[in-house]
Amino acid sequence: MSTPVDFLLWVRGPGFDIALVVFIIGILIRLLEVLILGRKPDYAEPRGGELGAGLRTLLTRTLPEPGTFKRSPFTVVGGYIWHIGFFISLFLFVPHIELIDATIGLSWPGIASNLVDAVAAVTLVTLVAMLFSRLTHPVKRLLSGPEDYLSWLVTFLPVMTGYLAYHRMIDPYPLVLGLHILSVEILMVVFPFTKLMHAFTFIIARWYNGAMAGRRGVQS
Amino acid sequence: MAETGKGMGKTLAQSLRESGVSRRGFLKFCTATASMMALPPSMAPAIAQALGKAKRPSVIWLSFQECTGCTESLTRSHSPTVENLIFDYISLDYHHTLQVAAGEGAEAAREAAMRENKGQYIVVVDGSIPLGNPGYSAIAGISNLQMLEETVAGAAAVVAVGTCAAFGGLPHAKPNPTGAVSVSEIVKDKPVVNVSGCPPIPTVITGVLAHFLTFGSLPELDALGRPMAFFGKSIHDRCYRRPFYDKGLYAETFDDEGARKGWCLYRLGCKGPMAYNACATAKWNRGTSWPVESGHGCLGCSEPDFWDAGGFYNALSIPDSDITRQAVYVAGAGVALGAVAGAVNRSKQARAREEHEPVTIDDLDKRP
Repeated sequence: MSTPVDFLLWVRGPGFDIALVVFIIGILIRLLEVLILGRKPDYAEPRGGELGAGLRTLLTRTLPEPGTFKRSPFTVVGGYIWHIGFFISLFLFVPHIELIDATIGLSWPGIASNLVDAVAAVTLVTLVAMLFSRLTHPVKRLLSGPEDYLSWLVTFLPVMTGYLAYHRMIDPYPLVLGLHILSVEILMVVFPFTKLMHAFTFIIARWYNGAMAGRRGVQS
Repeated sequence: MAETGKGMGKTLAQSLRESGVSRRGFLKFCTATASMMALPPSMAPAIAQALGKAKRPSVIWLSFQECTGCTESLTRSHSPTVENLIFDYISLDYHHTLQVAAGEGAEAAREAAMRENKGQYIVVVDGSIPLGNPGYSAIAGISNLQMLEETVAGAAAVVAVGTCAAFGGLPHAKPNPTGAVSVSEIVKDKPVVNVSGCPPIPTVITGVLAHFLTFGSLPELDALGRPMAFFGKSIHDRCYRRPFYDKGLYAETFDDEGARKGWCLYRLGCKGPMAYNACATAKWNRGTSWPVESGHGCLGCSEPDFWDAGGFYNALSIPDSDITRQAVYVAGAGVALGAVAGAVNRSKQARAREEHEPVTIDDLDKRP
């Protein structure tokens, strides 16, 4: 670990292996321990279908609820901007697609790198604004605990180091690229054991809410 | 070359005139040098003036653990290019490959040059220095380390030519059997310029020497001791294929449509984003082409440890291990562990159900 290239090789080699193991095993444990638990059988006669209602709710809960939007437009708009920006940076930047292709064999076309660059810049600014709001808004501040700030940090760091690496703002390049990969590995390790799991569990939760309401014949 | 310090009394301008180089040709060289070193064009007359007055400096060229590729590269600075002229008009007093003298005569030339030009001469080194067994590489019974220390002692400056001399290079690649190190790891008390590359671009080394002759000092260096004028920007930033990277257009194989259209070689393992060199602008073989232009990704040969930095044909962002297989195994383990966790939760749930005691209003009333 004496040179920047050694560091890059470590994060790209053993470091990535460790992060991948923790990430995959962590997520599977977290999902299966909930799913295997199951639900009590419902013997009541269903008044409607589960599938359609479940899928519909997956979509409707993704759209902002008008009341929430009116009460806190900043949180809603900011939340959308950085989530979408994060996804674009993660999944449409060609070097990332290349990594996914090498890992699971799935590949798709990317978008122009300088477009990703602009999106990443907007994402960064929004994430900082979101943190500022969390720290200054009295209610949000009261509701926030260490896990919230940790989640913010491990989400922010990959975007920031990615931006630094793209623009080669830290010399030498293997060092900044290594820092970027390391920050993603930290995110991967922290991910299954924090509220970041929502990226997977939101599907189950929303589907279940919709399906349960659908079965009872009520609006979800 | 056997005649030590030959022509030391003459100025560069005199020597050039005697060998039939016109004033015009000389000025053209000065302008080219100014532009290469990223100096304003107005500096060209100043360079001409300084170079015209400059005395031919004595240069001692030491070759250690190297492949002679660096020398090959320099001698390919094609005649009658001005690089060659500059090279002819320094006093190259010692160079294994190029000198006529051999054995004791050669070593005597080196010692004489050192004695006569004490504190003035430039030492150029190509190749790394083994710190393991001195017998790994020795010249005339003198170990590389000893020869370097002894020669550098009276030098004005040291130029480490090639990645081996600059950063250890191939001999330094894992597992580094000879304990190879770079020049700058040994020479601490003299200015060292690293002109890295495997091999380095001929114009870069002549540019560094021209800078030394012009200004009497070494050029501005980057964090790795390389001249900023040549190594200040990455291959990626200067690459003519960069617009394709920005547009997201990549060659997928070496012979697909993208490759034929000259699209970006990132996916084929190009190390341009991590490599700093002047290939894209100075080019090779009299400005004919350079690796990326010929259709092959950059290997990053001017960077430390480039040989160990993952496969040449792996994209920079890809981990080195077989992660697909690993992911499958790990997913299997995850499912098994998840099933265990699920089973534990179920048994907890069942136990809780069994141990559950119904509480009535009366029970609550009884409690204090």
